[in-house]
Amino acid sequence: MAIASAAGSTGAPVARPAPTYVEGPIRAFAIAIMFWGIVGFLMGVIIASQLAWPLLNLDLEWTSFGRLRPVHTSAVIFAFGGNALLGTSLYIVQRTSRARLYGGEEMGWFLFWSYQFFIVSAALSYVLGYTQGKEYAEPEWFIDIFLTVVWVIYLVAFVGTLMRREEPHIYVANWFFLAFIITVAMLHIGNNISIPIHWGSGFSYSAPAGVQGAMIQWWYGHNAVGFFLTAGFLGMMYYFIPKQANRPIYSYRLSIVHFWSIIFLYIWAGPHHLHYTALPDWAQTLGMVFSVMLWMPSWGGMINGIMTLSGAWDKLRTDPGLRFSVTAVAFYGMSTFEGPVMSIRAVNSLSHYTDWTVGHVHSGALGWNGLITFGALYWLVPVLWSRARMYSTKLIEWHFWLATIGIVLYITAMWVSGIMQGLMWRAYDELGFLQYSFIETVEAMHPYYAIRVLGGVLYLTGALLMAWNMYKTITVGVAPEALGEAQRAPAPAARPAAAPAE
Amino acid sequence: MFKKFSHGTIERNVILLAVLTLITVSIGGLAQIVPLFTVETTIERVQGIRPYTPLELMGRNIYVREGCYACHSQMIRPFRDEHERYGHYSLAAESMYDRPFQWGSKRTGPDLARVGGRYSDDWHAAHFRDPRALVPGSVMPPYGFLDRPLRGIHNIEAHLRTQAGLGVPYTAEMIANARADLLAQARPEAEGNGFEERYPNARRAVFDGNAGTVTEMDAIIAYMQMLGTLVDFRDVTPEQLRQQ
Repeated sequence: MAIASAAGSTGAPVARPAPTYVEGPIRAFAIAIMFWGIVGFLMGVIIASQLAWPLLNLDLEWTSFGRLRPVHTSAVIFAFGGNALLGTSLYIVQRTSRARLYGGEEMGWFLFWSYQFFIVSAALSYVLGYTQGKEYAEPEWFIDIFLTVVWVIYLVAFVGTLMRREEPHIYVANWFFLAFIITVAMLHIGNNISIPIHWGSGFSYSAPAGVQGAMIQWWYGHNAVGFFLTAGFLGMMYYFIPKQANRPIYSYRLSIVHFWSIIFLYIWAGPHHLHYTALPDWAQTLGMVFSVMLWMPSWGGMINGIMTLSGAWDKLRTDPGLRFSVTAVAFYGMSTFEGPVMSIRAVNSLSHYTDWTVGHVHSGALGWNGLITFGALYWLVPVLWSRARMYSTKLIEWHFWLATIGIVLYITAMWVSGIMQGLMWRAYDELGFLQYSFIETVEAMHPYYAIRVLGGVLYLTGALLMAWNMYKTITVGVAPEALGEAQRAPAPAARPAAAPAE
Repeated sequence: MFKKFSHGTIERNVILLAVLTLITVSIGGLAQIVPLFTVETTIERVQGIRPYTPLELMGRNIYVREGCYACHSQMIRPFRDEHERYGHYSLAAESMYDRPFQWGSKRTGPDLARVGGRYSDDWHAAHFRDPRALVPGSVMPPYGFLDRPLRGIHNIEAHLRTQAGLGVPYTAEMIANARADLLAQARPEAEGNGFEERYPNARRAVFDGNAGTVTEMDAIIAYMQMLGTLVDFRDVTPEQLRQQ
């Protein structure tokens, strides 16, 4: 059976020396993750504050909410998340394949700098007013073409590395990364077909219009969540949690079922962003049904991640980095339950257009993507810079609680404001008139918007502590007062099934 | 054959894994997107939909540029409260020339799908310049900078030509007259030279209250004032609205 072959074929230790892995660019990616994370969280705090206190728009075109909002979303998704995905995937594919990166150091550095160039040009273009006006696909045509080229080279580097692997099997994390790279390429090209008004202009019109444009946009938009923020990050989960817990993946069979079902079902979920719109009902119904089904593979993945700790639960007490990863998977489970609920049309009629959606996105983004990236970095930074562990464990503990409390404040504030506003919009008085004018429902949001800012500030503060901790780890090593504590446990000699090769 | 199947085969072959993945992720999108282009009843068969006038189009591009869709939807759902607050539910036909569509996904501010004609031009101009002067509880940013001259007028033919290439029924006459039509809509005292015939129900006005120059404010108010006004729902039959 497949399980046996996966375990048996790699059971005996291989005497070959490990290849020299490309690590310089990975170190750069690690720093970029931290840098863009702080930029993205800071932008989030700024635009959240603008909604609570609109004077902060400063009466300037470049600092108005409408132009800064895509800077925030792109900074967290594509800059923070993208660097996390590129950096960890290039690290993981080498280690789990026992192969040096295809294209070597030059490939790594090319991918690093071209991706940073993409991020900076996208952010600048939004502030200057160049946008395609589609959420999470704002960059104009010339930036899209550049990213397409970079992405194809990334695919070549990734597949090329897999093809020169010394391990007979492709490790499960790489399935998810491969699906992420392929699908994001498909989505990016599919949703950005547009014609510039002339070749010297940065301005373009999208090829599809209206209802078709909406469907294609949310096919893209929801699968930016499904493949960028889920499949890719599941790849991270399937490597870092076994490494941190020093345990094999809970179920190899579950990871197969999880992989194929999640990539098949996710693609169908887009229309739940368009419930009760002018999109025909048949498409809405398909979107709803598949979104509800998506709950199952999502929780299959969550179970596979969390149960990997079987026999190693005590590590949660001693390894705060692992605590981040496990809490991340718990948030993943929560938001992938909330998502299917919100995709049911009756629920969506209340939640759509309100802050409930914003809160849902952030329980996924802050809770799942953010925390699992922090957990991965707390494991990876000492490895990449050859340190015994992070400079300060105490700072990691502080970061954990600041981030968790920040998320809880954020999402509970958005639940209250979203559900309250949805109910106010549809409230009638005893004479049968609408009870609230629109502006009354806006005014009622103010306290929750202020609480959200506080939650965001806590999350940002935690990230700043992490940046300091990372800086000290790189420049100093382990804090003197922490020396003498238990060192990182040595790797066991025999590698269990379904565990990363290295 | 199936008895012998082992997932290990896929796990040992990168190309096979990649191809199977691509097939798996293609199905859903094809099933949901392709029929929207082929099923004719996707777009309702109502009268009155016309392409944007050049000035409205420039206004719409400003709406997109400023990211208004981050806070305003243009999609009224078929609920009693939305009907009373905003009007008839939005039709696919009403955004059939919208590139990009601006249905939006968040209502930090109200829906704008039928905002046309609900407020005066003066109200819009004053509200854009200082939203809180008119609506004290508003959290909208001020847009006083839109009082600057409208840029890119020299490119307006290219805008219409590109849209025509994508299937919007801009005629050669409309493209040839694009610049004149743009100016004519913002200068009601001048000769229209066929503007009214080319764009039925388009209103000509000094939208921003400043007759001297055509500004970005003129353009965006012209756009605001036409939103949701093209279809006269008194003439619409249920059969026309049926969507399959």
